[in-house]
Amino acid sequence: MTASAATTAESEMPAGSRSGSTAELRDRPGVGVRLEGLTRRYGSVLALDGLDLDIDGGEFLALLGPSGCGKTTALRAIAGFDRPDEGRVLLGGRDITDVPASKRDMGMVFQAYSLFPNLTVADNVAFGLRVRRRGKAERAGRAAELLELVGLADRGNRYPHQLSGGQQQRVALARALAVAPQVLLLDEPLSALDAQVRVQLREEIRRIQLELGITTVFVTHDQSEALSVADRVGVMRSGRLEQIASPDELYERPATAFVAEFVGTMNRLPATVSGGEVELLGTRRLLAGSAPASGPVVALVRPESLQVSADAAGAGRVVTRTFSGASTRVAVALPDGVEVKIDVPSASSADLTPGTLVTVRPADRPVLVAPVEPTVTDADGAA
Amino acid sequence: MTALGTTGVGAAGVAGAGGVAPPTALRRGRRGAGAWRFAVLLVLGLYFVVPIAASVLFTVRRGGGGLTAEFYTGIPSSPGFAVAFTRSLILAVLTVLIVLALMVPTVVLVELRLRRMRTTVELLTLLPLVLPPIALVVGVRSVLSWAPDYFLNTPLAQAFFALQKPALPWILVLVYVVLAMPFVYRALDAGVRGADLRTLTEAGRSLGASWPRVLLSVVLPVLRTSVLNASFLTLALVMGEFTIASILGFETFPTWIVKISGSAPQLSVAVSVLALMVTWGLLLLISALDRRRDTKETS
Repeated sequence: MTASAATTAESEMPAGSRSGSTAELRDRPGVGVRLEGLTRRYGSVLALDGLDLDIDGGEFLALLGPSGCGKTTALRAIAGFDRPDEGRVLLGGRDITDVPASKRDMGMVFQAYSLFPNLTVADNVAFGLRVRRRGKAERAGRAAELLELVGLADRGNRYPHQLSGGQQQRVALARALAVAPQVLLLDEPLSALDAQVRVQLREEIRRIQLELGITTVFVTHDQSEALSVADRVGVMRSGRLEQIASPDELYERPATAFVAEFVGTMNRLPATVSGGEVELLGTRRLLAGSAPASGPVVALVRPESLQVSADAAGAGRVVTRTFSGASTRVAVALPDGVEVKIDVPSASSADLTPGTLVTVRPADRPVLVAPVEPTVTDADGAA
Repeated sequence: MTALGTTGVGAAGVAGAGGVAPPTALRRGRRGAGAWRFAVLLVLGLYFVVPIAASVLFTVRRGGGGLTAEFYTGIPSSPGFAVAFTRSLILAVLTVLIVLALMVPTVVLVELRLRRMRTTVELLTLLPLVLPPIALVVGVRSVLSWAPDYFLNTPLAQAFFALQKPALPWILVLVYVVLAMPFVYRALDAGVRGADLRTLTEAGRSLGASWPRVLLSVVLPVLRTSVLNASFLTLALVMGEFTIASILGFETFPTWIVKISGSAPQLSVAVSVLALMVTWGLLLLISALDRRRDTKETS
């Protein structure tokens, strides 16, 4: 799918036609989902460790985390494909822990292509309605409508193998929505697609979700995906929620070092805590979050929270300079072998060529610190 | 496609695009590859075609010279043919039904719920290939002929007799099910592995389909080609099985062919040739059904 094709499909969609029988979806108030103390073991591996989670009706929640953090297990527990060892799943206040997947009224889009290969695109979309014994006319009408919603109105007679990956996932989305589910579950639906299609489709998923107001849980390991579309993002680690917050808050005020390093780019700088403040790069700053009373720590600083200026007497030296439109990322080697990444407005980065001596200072805002230890993400990545 | 074939296509593509003259070395390479391909095809072709051609020739040659189709036209009316052929066909259909009823759920279950059992099941289904059929049939025969006085008139003995009725020997069906198992399991397993059955069944489940519905509307259509494949393989196996039927003393299509070969050698070969053609036809049909259009949209 090229960029122009998608844009055309979207812009040609008359606004009025979106309201037809998808009204059944639209008129429902979003239903909340609640997970209470979900625990799931696979042999000796603890995939979910007493997970508590509250998803508001109509909310778009992203579950984010490294592989093996339990995010997919949590989603499968909501879908009914995986029964938790302990804990409950509630849908709109009703306990559905023991309800089989086929009776949960949830639409799901999978990571792998999941269209039924023997059915046409339209029949795929109508599958759930056929199972529910809806009439032929209703099935055809609804399928056409949902295909239009995902911009594939003219592909109804194709077979799945004739579609590109992005188109197949759109059809899978239409199929999941066709039964007017109470909750939409997305299990890394974009990870098999190439970068450009991924960005387009995630925006389209968000558009449709907002339009229908359907409660949505989106599992991903891609932080930019989670941050760009979700109302709230839950960062998971070792079967638990590390932090759940809006994308802005997650980025600006990460609750833990793990979240700070998993979301966005983070510099690690040697620092010292004393008197409720932290000293780094020869400057004292206020502390953000919890910290030991005193002693050496690691300061976690975003690339845009560092300032760099050319200085013939500076201790840093520019290593690389990467232009990316409005901002430019400069990598600076500091004494002690520490290298930091700093984002500067491209307009004021002309003199920061590789080899230039520079001074680096933290911006005037509270600084998050972590105990001195091997990096958290490295330890998790190896597990 | 073989590596040789790919080279040929690539070279043709370059030449077709125009502008780029194919280097001479490539041409020589293609010719060399073509010669090899031809040699391999020739040897293989001779290996298969010569015996079949000889058989065909044997059946269409008239005694005094010239050609005749009388041995083929005479097949339907030859004594015993219809009975033996029909019996083998019925045995084949029953075998197919039973082996599919056993193996389709097994394969699906192993794939979806009992992945760890896969190796065990695979080994089990291989056993019939490892055990010589002669060992199998001798065992079956000794069990069936076990008839001490106290055993007669028991329900089990009656069941034994029922299994051995010459008109429809169910015992052959049971033995053929065992013999067909390796082929059927492999055919189905290939289909299951290529299909991501887990995701498809979960998609079906989440759309509200019950398990029986998922099996019927999702799994079976996906496995259609492998089920057909397994069926035809089994059919071919049963229609050609001689050893067991002969040793157990039942008349089936193959044993009938052998029986008449003494008195009517040309007729028996004509029947064999025809049977071979029918089997080939079926296999070609499968591959035709299997061939899907593979056009993907580039957008």
